[in-house]
Formats: sequence, structure tokens, C-alpha cells
Amino acid sequence: MSQAGSILLVLRHSPYSSQIAREALDAALTAAAFEVPVSLLFLNDGVYQLISEQQPEQLRAKNLSKALPALALYDIDQIYTSKSCLDIRGLNAAALCITAEPLDDAAVARLFHQYQHILSF
Amino acid sequence: MQLAVVINGSPTASQAANTGLRYIEAALASGHQEPRVFFYGEAVHIANRLTTPPQDESNLTHRWQALAQQHNIELIVCIAAAIRRGVMDEREAKRHEQTSGNLAEGFELSGLGQLIDATLNADRLITFGGQQ
Repeated sequence: MSQAGSILLVLRHSPYSSQIAREALDAALTAAAFEVPVSLLFLNDGVYQLISEQQPEQLRAKNLSKALPALALYDIDQIYTSKSCLDIRGLNAAALCITAEPLDDAAVARLFHQYQHILSF
Repeated sequence: MQLAVVINGSPTASQAANTGLRYIEAALASGHQEPRVFFYGEAVHIANRLTTPPQDESNLTHRWQALAQQHNIELIVCIAAAIRRGVMDEREAKRHEQTSGNLAEGFELSGLGQLIDATLNADRLITFGGQQ
């Protein structure tokens, strides 16, 4: 199925090594505020954005994971991740801070094909 | 074809702004329409007019300005990402009680809505990420 007029936002970087994770989230919320349907796909080190019990206060960084539950308030409920990216990093999809559907590699490829507009961070 | 180009990578720590510029030159030479360009994340440093590389090195900010002027391309810089990194026009500098602005001519500060609008109105969206 083609997702015309909607955006797939791909998050590929860890949450606190740079500002990119926060700025990607800002882009997602802006799209939603403009009533553009947006789906999120957490890939590579981007899966670290999803782990529970993050303690970035020790780095004097704002806790990004606390902003994630707000996605539902913006009607962003199509949230995906990659099973292989989780497995490689020893993470369990059931123990993430929000619900993200773990896709196998073929399903990730299909997801990319469904969207005409992909914003990669 | 209507292209939108998003530059995310740092102009000094990645090839994003350089490759993005060359991509646009190639696209225009192939007959594509003038693309919408949005600078986000570390890429906002490209709009700092104080950037001064040694004289025998390419000045990427000047090259973007020349491209924009020659082809009438709008260079939009995310205002939130820019201010966070100390890139701002005189008005924002005053608002944030800074001594002066440093936004290079030809670049325009605007909101993330421009990124979403450019994305949806493009036939193709090309992102130049760079390692952050």
C-alpha cells in the first residue's frame, strides 16, 4: 500500500551523542502538528533512543525518552524498529520505553518502498 | 522534477554540505527545477558568515551564496537549530541579548514547517546526513 502524503521518519543515531535525535523528534512533532501523517522507524544506533530507564541527567542532558510517550498525543502511533538492530545490541523489543513494532529486514525494506517521502536522521 | 534537498551534516566534520551543493549543480545542469533547500542540525553552521577558512581553501558558505544567487534558490535554515548553535540574524541576536548577528546573506531563518512543506511538495527528497 502506498502512503501518499505521509512521511516516514528514520532515526539512526543514539540519543545523546549529538542533537540529531532531539531534532528528528522535533521534525516528527512538527509534521504531526501540520496534520501530516508520520511514521517513525528506529534503526541502527537509533534503537538506543527507545531503551527504558535512561539517565541522561548524569550527562546534564534532557531525558529524550520522556518526550516519546507524547508521540501518541500527536497521533503518531505507527512506530517501528528493526529486529536485527535490536538483536545485535542485545535489546528486547518488549522492554522498550514505548511500543515499537520490531520488523524483520524484509519488512523494513517494504516499509521504505511504501513511502514516497522519507526523512532520514 | 521538483527536488527538495535537506542538509543535516556539519560543513566542517562531514561532506554533507559540499556533496549537497555539487548534487544541486548536477541536478540543475540536467534540467531539473530549482530545488527547495533546508539546512538542519549541524548543517546550520554553513550560514555563519564569520566562517573564514584559509585563503587557499574553498569557502563553502560563499559557494552556496553564489549558487543561490545564480539560480534564485531559497536557502532556508532551521531557526531553532541555528540559534542553539549561535547562528542568527540581527533580530534574533537582539531578542536573545547577543552582541551581534552572523547570518550570511542569502540564507533565511525559518521554522520546521518549511521542512515538512518542502518534503511533501517534492517529487524526490534527498537528505545529506553526514556522521553526527
